[in-house]
Amino acid sequence: MTHELKKTALCAACEKAGGKMVDFHGWLLPVQFDSIIAEHKAVREACGMFDVSHMGQLRVVGKEALHFLQYVSCNIIKSGASEGTYFHILTEQGTIIDDAIAFCLNLEEFLVVVNAACVDEDFAWFQKQASAFKVSVTNESAKWSMIALQGPTAVGIADKILPGVIDLPRFHIKEIELFGANGYVTRTGYTGEDGVEIMLPNAQIEALWNALLKLGVKPCGLGARDVLRLEAGYLLNGADANQTKTPYEANCGWVVKLTKENFIGKAALEAKKAAGFATKLRAFKLKNPGVPREGCKVFYQGVETGTLTSGTFSPLFKGIAVGYASSTIPVGAEVEIEIHGRKVPAEVVKTPFYKNRV
Amino acid sequence: MYNEENCRFLKTHEWAFVEGENAVVGISNHAQEEISDIVFVDLPKVGRQVKAGENCCVIESVKSASEIYAPVSGEIVAVNEALNADPALVNREPHAGGWLFKIKMADPNEFNALLDFAAYNASIGK
Repeated sequence: MTHELKKTALCAACEKAGGKMVDFHGWLLPVQFDSIIAEHKAVREACGMFDVSHMGQLRVVGKEALHFLQYVSCNIIKSGASEGTYFHILTEQGTIIDDAIAFCLNLEEFLVVVNAACVDEDFAWFQKQASAFKVSVTNESAKWSMIALQGPTAVGIADKILPGVIDLPRFHIKEIELFGANGYVTRTGYTGEDGVEIMLPNAQIEALWNALLKLGVKPCGLGARDVLRLEAGYLLNGADANQTKTPYEANCGWVVKLTKENFIGKAALEAKKAAGFATKLRAFKLKNPGVPREGCKVFYQGVETGTLTSGTFSPLFKGIAVGYASSTIPVGAEVEIEIHGRKVPAEVVKTPFYKNRV
Repeated sequence: MYNEENCRFLKTHEWAFVEGENAVVGISNHAQEEISDIVFVDLPKVGRQVKAGENCCVIESVKSASEIYAPVSGEIVAVNEALNADPALVNREPHAGGWLFKIKMADPNEFNALLDFAAYNASIGK
C-alpha cells in the first residue's frame, strides 16, 4: 500500500525552485534546493526562507483561555499584548508531548504554534483538558501556510513587504494584511538567527514566496534547517525529546516553572527532580574528522554511556551532536563516539554550539 | 584515466578503471550529485584485503552516510590522501581528482564482469 504524502500549498513552488523533495513525517517537503552548506551560509550571513506550512496552529478562545494554557504548559504563559511564550506540553508523568509557542492575541484568545508531527496529538490533548475550562480549542492547521524568513538581513527584508515589522520585538506576534488576506507575523525562528515567521491562508502564500524570491531571498530546505537548529541548541521533538523524557533531562529546565500554582505534570516533575536524573541531553563536539549521527553510541572511559539523538556536520564547528548520556560527565571531558565501527574522540560541551545576537 | 570506454561500474555507482595491475576506484557524477555536500571520506587502510562487493569506505555528506563497495577483490594499495583535507573534491571532480582508492586486483576477470558505461547509464535511467 502506498502512502499518499501530504503537500503544502508551496509544494509546486518549491519543486519549481529546484527543491529535492522528501518524506518528512508524512509531508512532501524540500530537503535542499542548492547545497545544504550554501543554504546554511545564506541564513548565517544574509537571509534564507523555509516552507514551514506543515507546522500546526491551534486557536484557544474563551474567558479561561489563559487559565487553560497555564494548566497545559509547564512554563508561565505571558499574557501581555502580542507576547509569545515557548513552552512544553507535558504528560501527567511530566514527560514531553511537544514543544510549542503560545502567542497572546488578547486575554481571551491565543494562537499556539505546534510541531507538524504532533498536531493531532496536541489537539486531542488540548480538547481533553479543555472540558474543565470555559474555553474552546480549534485546529486551524489546514487553513494556514507559513514561511520562516531567517538570517541577519531577514527582518529588514520582511519590512519591505510588511512595513513596520522591524519594530516587532522578539517573540511577539502581529496581525497583518497581505495580498488581500489576514494573517500573522511573529519574530521567531528555529535557526538561532533573527527573523520572522509569516502565516497566511494557503491561497496567498505563494504570492509571498514569489515576492521574497524577487527580493533575492534564498530558498532553503530541511537539511540546512536541521544543521542550523542543532548549532543553535534547539530540540527536535521526536528525536531529542519524547514522552520518556522530562524537560529537565532534555536540557530545558528553564522552561519549567515549579512556582506556578498548578499544571499538568507538576507533581511528577517535583518528585523526579528531587530524585535526580541519571542521564541528560549532553552535547558533543568531535575532535577528529567524521560525522556523528542519530543512533551512534557514546563511550566514556571505555564504558558505553549513551546514544546520540541528533548529529550532523556543521560548517562552523564540524562534527556536532547531542544525545542522552550520564549527567555526571564533566563539561570538557573527552568521550568517544562510535561512527561506522570507528571510535572518534569528542569533547563534552555546553549548548548552544552557536550563539549570536538573538 | 577515467573515460567512458575503459571504465566499468557497479549498480551502486562506483566506477573503476585498470592502471597496470591495479583498479582505480571512484564514484560516478550521478552519485556525487545525489549525495551532494561531501564533508568527510572515511578511506580504507592501505594493506587491507577486500572482496568484490565488500563495504570498505564511507562517504559522509551533511545529510547522510553512503557506503562504498569494492568493485573487485584484492589489496588496497593506495588511497586518495587529498580527500582528507578536501573531501568536496569528490563533488567537484568525481571522475578525476576525486578518486577514492586503488586495489591491486586478485582476479582481473572480476573487472571484466562489471557493467559497462551503457549498462550503468541504463541502470540509472539515462
